[in-house]
Amino acid sequence: MNIFEYTEMKDTRSGFGAGLVEAAQRNNNIVALCADLTGSLKMDEFASLFPERFFQTGIAEANMIGLAAGMTIGGKIPFTGTFANFATGRVYDQIRQSVAYSNKNVKICASHAGITLGEDGATHQIMEDIGLMKMLPNMVVINTCDFNQTKAATIAVSKYVGPVYLRFGRPKVPNFTPADQDFIIGKAVLLNPGTDVSIFATGHLVWKAIEACRMLEEKGISAEIINIHTIKPLDVEAVKLSVSKTKCVVTAEEHMMNGGLGDSIAQYLSCNMPTPLEMVAVNDKFGESGTPEQLLEKYGLEAHHIVDAALKAISRKK
Amino acid sequence: MERTAIQVRRDLLRMIHAVQSGHPGGSLGCADFFTALYFEVLIHNPKRFTMNGEGQDVFFLSNGHLSAAWYSVLARSGYFDVSELATFRKLNTRLQGHPTTAEGLPGIRIASGSLGQGLSVGIGAALTKKMNNDSHTVFTLHGDGELQEGQIWEAAIYAAANKVDNIIATIDYNGQQIDGPVNDVCSLGDLKAKWNAFGWKVLEANGNKMQDIIDTLLLAKSHTGKQKPIVILMKTEMGCGVNFMMGTHKWHGSAPNDDQLAIALQQLPLTLGDY
Repeated sequence: MNIFEYTEMKDTRSGFGAGLVEAAQRNNNIVALCADLTGSLKMDEFASLFPERFFQTGIAEANMIGLAAGMTIGGKIPFTGTFANFATGRVYDQIRQSVAYSNKNVKICASHAGITLGEDGATHQIMEDIGLMKMLPNMVVINTCDFNQTKAATIAVSKYVGPVYLRFGRPKVPNFTPADQDFIIGKAVLLNPGTDVSIFATGHLVWKAIEACRMLEEKGISAEIINIHTIKPLDVEAVKLSVSKTKCVVTAEEHMMNGGLGDSIAQYLSCNMPTPLEMVAVNDKFGESGTPEQLLEKYGLEAHHIVDAALKAISRKK
Repeated sequence: MERTAIQVRRDLLRMIHAVQSGHPGGSLGCADFFTALYFEVLIHNPKRFTMNGEGQDVFFLSNGHLSAAWYSVLARSGYFDVSELATFRKLNTRLQGHPTTAEGLPGIRIASGSLGQGLSVGIGAALTKKMNNDSHTVFTLHGDGELQEGQIWEAAIYAAANKVDNIIATIDYNGQQIDGPVNDVCSLGDLKAKWNAFGWKVLEANGNKMQDIIDTLLLAKSHTGKQKPIVILMKTEMGCGVNFMMGTHKWHGSAPNDDQLAIALQQLPLTLGDY
């Protein structure tokens, strides 16, 4: 398989912070809003470099979304920042009416997504957010896998006109994608070509899929690994191309099965090319307190779970 | 101006009657406000509508169910042809039940209908005007029942804390909501004291006396740029202009039948000409 190396562990949220500053240096219309989580979202550098373009809303997420929608009227490009739970579920109707239906150029940026938020527990570990956001017409949904990709995605969404949900996380994870990558919204990234099974992963589970690929290789199984950073619009051509070769699929994500990446791929495949599919995702359960590593293991999101799912998917091929 | 407001009332009643759906009560109550705003107060260019509204005043209707009155005033002031009012709430119309940007109707800059969101949007647009060195004003309209939504008070805190002084929010203070009088459903208490305590400049108006609402809107405009957001508590009578629709919340979301429309139109003699 292709060799993926990394020299450092970095958090995806810091990639957002770095990307936001770089995008703002290029475009004066970029503004940022944060609901009392500036440090957690890594928006402090933006706030100190561009104080006149930074808006601290206090703990009032609904107002933050409305402010952002209004700011687009006159040409600003607002990036809102808070935890994924408060960025989506808490303000769903505000996003639905004032951003998505009104088709406003707001970038809803969400950190601490998924179970790897860790010790704060289930109140803060949203695993429904991809589903909530992808159901909204006009909304683009992006879930990045490492620092470099999050930085590149942040810059890319600043150039895209329309509502975007950009999801990233808290823990430090291997930073393995190229620093100079060209992030194309809606374009899947083939990480490793393979012939026996297609593994479509998103977010933090992309690295887990790479680890699973190595483990499968030791078993003599050739896995194709595809990084789906954009869940909506889904790169169905990449799915079709890979699945026509491998004939079976595993999806992997730090999200509920309901509404996530697996759900999107299953919908496409069942309508167009029915294929054995296994999902590595959380099955209709809330999370709990623990370290990210403990939680990934307990909730079935580790590399060996992806390996098991791959073996099962392969066994289901006719 | 009064003649225009009468025509707006005729328009909205005929629009709502034609599809047997819509919200006549609040629309009639605010017909004078919409007319005053669009024909006397707003600096705007109906023939050259732009989403960004640069170099113009902009208005957001937060209580979107008053759409029939707003559409009538938009048409009468030149945003689109009055004949289009006949499409209100019909399939494929740009005049959706609640206002939307999705159909490209000139004059609309945000969707509304789900209550409580327009003040935040207005404040956001006001902040952008400041960043763009655009000295024009943002206006919003809200129902009094709508003030039960928490987001309104998030926005109220924010605007005062950040001295957003280029926004004028008007409250349709008619004391009625769907389930009955606001005081019975969930009283707002001393509304004037609340807005004062939240740090807003509070003005009061009789929203069914044309000169009073014009004067108050212009007075409000003279208070912009003074470090405080401005709110007008505008007393109106739900159903104003049609005797059997006044003094009750029952016409919040009910359409008149043929006989009721005929009686109502007798009380609102033709002025500018029906669409």
